[in-house]
Amino acid sequence: MKQIHLAAQLPGVQNTVIWSDPRAGSQIAFDSFARLARTAERGRFDFFFLSEGLRLREHKGRVHDLDVVGRPESLTVLSALSAVTTHLGLAATVNSTFNEPYEVARRLATLDHLSRGRAGWNVVTSHDAFTGENFRRGGFLDEADRYTRAAEFLQATRVLWDSWRPGDFRADAASGEFIGAGAGGFEHRGRHFDISGRFSTPPGPQGHPVIIQAGDSAEGREFAASDADVVFSRHGDLAGGRAFYRDVKRRLARYGRTHEDLKIIPSVSYVLGDTAAEAAEHAAETARAQVGPQTALMLLEAAWGRDLSGYDPDGPLPDVDPLPDGVTEGHTQFRKGREETVRRWRRIAQARGLSIRGLVTEVTARPTFVGTPRQVADAMNEFVQTDAADGFILAPHLVPDGLDDLVDQVVPLLQEMGVHRTEYTGGTLRDHLGLRPHRSTAAGHDGTAGRTEKEAS
Amino acid sequence: MTRLHLAVALDGTGWHPASWREPGARPAEILTARYWADLVTEAERGLLDFVTFEDTLGLQTSAFHLPDDRTDHVRGRLDAVLLAAALAPLTSHIGLVPTTNVTHTEPFHLAVGIASLDHASRGRAGWRPQITSRAADAAHFGRRTTPQLTPEDVLDSELIAARLRELFGEAGEVVEVVRRLWDSWEDDAEIRDAPTGRFIDRDKVHHIDFEGRHFRVRGPSITPRPPQGQPVVAVLAHASTPYELAAAGADVVIITPQSRADAVTRLGGFGRARQRSGRPAGERIKAFADLVVLLDAEPGRAAERKRRLDEVDGSVFGSDAAVFTGTPGELADLLLEWQEAGLDGFRLRPGVLPHDLAAITGGLVPELRRRRAFRTAYEADTLRGLLGLPRPANRHTRAGSTGPAR
Ligand SMILES: Cc1cc2nc3c(=O)[nH]c(=O)nc-3n(C[C@H](O)[C@H](O)[C@H](O)COP(=O)(O)O)c2cc1C
Repeated sequence: MKQIHLAAQLPGVQNTVIWSDPRAGSQIAFDSFARLARTAERGRFDFFFLSEGLRLREHKGRVHDLDVVGRPESLTVLSALSAVTTHLGLAATVNSTFNEPYEVARRLATLDHLSRGRAGWNVVTSHDAFTGENFRRGGFLDEADRYTRAAEFLQATRVLWDSWRPGDFRADAASGEFIGAGAGGFEHRGRHFDISGRFSTPPGPQGHPVIIQAGDSAEGREFAASDADVVFSRHGDLAGGRAFYRDVKRRLARYGRTHEDLKIIPSVSYVLGDTAAEAAEHAAETARAQVGPQTALMLLEAAWGRDLSGYDPDGPLPDVDPLPDGVTEGHTQFRKGREETVRRWRRIAQARGLSIRGLVTEVTARPTFVGTPRQVADAMNEFVQTDAADGFILAPHLVPDGLDDLVDQVVPLLQEMGVHRTEYTGGTLRDHLGLRPHRSTAAGHDGTAGRTEKEAS
Repeated sequence: MTRLHLAVALDGTGWHPASWREPGARPAEILTARYWADLVTEAERGLLDFVTFEDTLGLQTSAFHLPDDRTDHVRGRLDAVLLAAALAPLTSHIGLVPTTNVTHTEPFHLAVGIASLDHASRGRAGWRPQITSRAADAAHFGRRTTPQLTPEDVLDSELIAARLRELFGEAGEVVEVVRRLWDSWEDDAEIRDAPTGRFIDRDKVHHIDFEGRHFRVRGPSITPRPPQGQPVVAVLAHASTPYELAAAGADVVIITPQSRADAVTRLGGFGRARQRSGRPAGERIKAFADLVVLLDAEPGRAAERKRRLDEVDGSVFGSDAAVFTGTPGELADLLLEWQEAGLDGFRLRPGVLPHDLAAITGGLVPELRRRRAFRTAYEADTLRGLLGLPRPANRHTRAGSTGPAR
């Protein structure tokens, strides 16, 4: 039977995080991160994950104020978490647009050293000029260039990680050699990056940290197939999951990779109850807390691109047309065009007779497992055994205690079923995911490869 | 007597280039968390104010302005901010001050990184911004060039400063942006007001709209205001141009006097820069002096040790800061004498780790305590608290409030 890979996410700034619950804690205090990470480690999860957003979202020209706002820099927190966990993988989202390969490579190599081989990197391709206003370089990147830059960014990063050959870091007092001659020498020449010099940080225990990809477009899927170890998807329903799984895994062969080289883990949530009916009731309460009347109107305005404050959240959808320019910045889901979103939302509302709030609840919900612990364990296992996924990334509704019930009630059932580890069997994140060492490190170095190799552009 | 503040500067296996070949050195471990945890917990046992972590963008080099191809010195290092963060949960009082490059790094990333370190350490973060003058570092980014210094430039700190004026000017803008981003959230911006459904009061989260000569940043930060309000900014300054950077933006200036008289001269130079900066006189800037130290209890032993290390290395070790060899008692004499020049404290650079760090915590600290010149217990939980620096009011609160400062 396939083993289930489990990851935990401390959800950032989505309306799915319930802050009004009396049990909700701080989203910024280090203790919250430590608490959730330790729970995930207690459940023998593969890794803990943090998302990224480099600009606060804005609505009608003002900072959005309804959802959780404010988060720390991911790699800094994960580094601190490396001191309070021992096995759990630690994965950060770091975009390839507002960073440079040299910095990202050295920060990830550092995390890999400090955590003894537990670092992961979710390569995202944020491109928008809105975010760019926080950076010296601005937001110049064309959407069409996002993945070519991302792919070359990753390629350059790999050149840097390979710039120290095994044995280059010697610290040999007897011979007086601290490093091998020329260690860290690198050169990468391409369309987006033209860099050379000496890399400051020898590779960590994993050689290359685990690479994660989270885009869904055709380019995103191709990038995942050629270069990623893990894909986060949004496809958390059985049919959608299977189609995505088939599509992405089919692309692997083109790059000389096998089915096992890439794990697909959709982002999901869950609600538990002692009975199915109780779980359904909790799920309904959760949904009500996630989409209050203000949130419903705000998301409607985001989709319509105009002020709709006069509409009743419990009434029908507005019959006015959307405006092209929009009133919201920083919400990725509307990047692909409002017209189409509005058409789709109208169809859903009409078919199911939904109010504004009902619709918004429906379209913003994450795929969610609802039921008794046994039902949820069975459903998760069915997903994995029927190739709708290789595992899940769980984003709880509550910070920092939101994972406790799953770890206490569902994980033991998965362990009984023999589909989830009861103890860690390896030390690194690659071990947990059953991944082979990355090709360029696994092959070893013959003294020439990877060092000053010119990259074709 | 006013008590001294004491910090140590941690780097590799110590500041002497042959330190890694000493018995007791752990050169193979410099990339592990355990090695640094051992050092920092030792410093905390000595009740030191803070530790700094050195960093460079490129591989270490013994030439000021150029990479070298040496294989016989410590090479290879970790990112200092992440290293400091990994040590935060393992310590409880000592300040953690990483060095970062400001010439190539995005100010926004720096601001949220240091703010996050402050959150993770509950108010013990500092930051040492540093320019990089190495042209080779620019090639690691491939976007811009920096001045190629000549051997003549590097002989004279005023000449270097003049050549690097532009980079220091830009560094000043980076510090300003970072400080504005730390203030971009007021302390009580998070309201969690369930009746109105509002998580934050958006009137208390501000765009910074910084437009300098070199770049613009819109803001606000993604990270709420850190526990100290403003983490402690420490600037190492050797000459007039860096004095200006420190005078305008630092909470701590670190100078490199060669003698007590030189400390007087340098503090005078810094004081003039301070006046020209126009910064309110009420904002305290603590003055520290750097000293490389090799310490042994037996008189003459440390000097002998240095000679032996120099021999192993094949050259006589000197540094931008004065190099002290002697007993902890002799060092205590010197520190108290230099203190009278107007210094608030010292950042000691151990010649050999862990030897000279243990001599600081186990020899110097008790000696200073006997003379009532050093603390006997941590008297505060934050780095600002330890240094006697107040928690600054938020600039927006200050501007907007009519009542007394909170
Ligand atoms: C599950 C999931 C998580 C994501 N997390 C982030 C994130 O934390 N930060 C970010 O900037 N983008 C994030 N993204 C956005 C993607 O990286 C990507 O930029 C976006 O999906 C558009 O790419 P596409 O056109 O290939 O779909 C996420 C996407 C998915 C599906």
